[in-house]
Amino acid sequence: MYNEENRKAFIEGLHNGIPIGLGYLAVAFSLGIMARSVNITPIQSMLASCFCLASAGEFAGFTLIGAQASLWEMAFATFIINLRYLLMSTALSQRLDPQTSIAQRILVGYGVTDEIFGISIARKGTLNPYFSYGAMAFAIPMWTIGTGIGCFAGDIMPARIVSALSVALFGMFIAIVIPPTKGNKVMTGVVGISFAASFAMATLPFTAAISGGTRILILTVVISAIAAFLFPINKDEQQ
Amino acid sequence: MSNYAYILVMFLVTITIRVLPLTLIRCEISNRFMRSFLYYVPYVTLSVMTFPAIMDATNEPIAGALAFVAGVIAARLSANLFKTAAICCAVVLVAEMIL
Repeated sequence: MYNEENRKAFIEGLHNGIPIGLGYLAVAFSLGIMARSVNITPIQSMLASCFCLASAGEFAGFTLIGAQASLWEMAFATFIINLRYLLMSTALSQRLDPQTSIAQRILVGYGVTDEIFGISIARKGTLNPYFSYGAMAFAIPMWTIGTGIGCFAGDIMPARIVSALSVALFGMFIAIVIPPTKGNKVMTGVVGISFAASFAMATLPFTAAISGGTRILILTVVISAIAAFLFPINKDEQQ
Repeated sequence: MSNYAYILVMFLVTITIRVLPLTLIRCEISNRFMRSFLYYVPYVTLSVMTFPAIMDATNEPIAGALAFVAGVIAARLSANLFKTAAICCAVVLVAEMIL
């Protein structure tokens, strides 16, 4: 499968994966500290991070481990909190070459995190799986190692540095959602309303009690459905 | 219960959610509403996840808010992923030193 195009896609993915990986390192670090507090060993925390690759999902999972919940509760909570990946994988499935093998599809699917999905879908045209692999090659080790270090060696990193690094991830999200709003009123409205609605839901007394993962799920489905209903897009617009 | 059993369940559920749509839905979605819906999903999800969560990520919420504004301006001015992320981090570092 080695060819020049795949190599270029891999390098490009790797390049895009650097800010993602650095952001992951900081987030994973705090996730590791949390894991330690519920008696998860560093090795276990690294296994969870390496296989699950889910910040909100892992936080919730570790909380349930701390509460010694049943495996059914664990399965249900993991399902709900990670349901957005179903939407992301469905969107990605439209972008893969129909000839892509099952093994490649499974690998791409395993690497669907919010951020890797974000940079993959933002790429024009058909998605080369090697682009995802490139991003995964740096981001996954960072996520895994970060969790292990956090779990093993708690609070050695200065709080100020952790605080600054933790917004790297959000900076990347912003860099993905803002460019399409330039000169596009619909996208400006969609992104602006998403920010505002998310803020309202997190602040208003009734909805603030809903967990972060569930709020993301509700807002994503509702706002995207309304936007799709009011402003359906043409096929060529999508490319 | 063993932590390994919990982690195994987390893994199985997560990987199933991620892999099923990529392996089962092999044909293109032709429905215009579904296509439009899936087009908007990533932008809405990432927007919703960014704000106001960016204010909870920092020690001082106001530093997160400033990073958000700086990030939006930088992205409007065509800064790439890495630059925008770096600008956000720098703003938080400086803001929390001053505050």
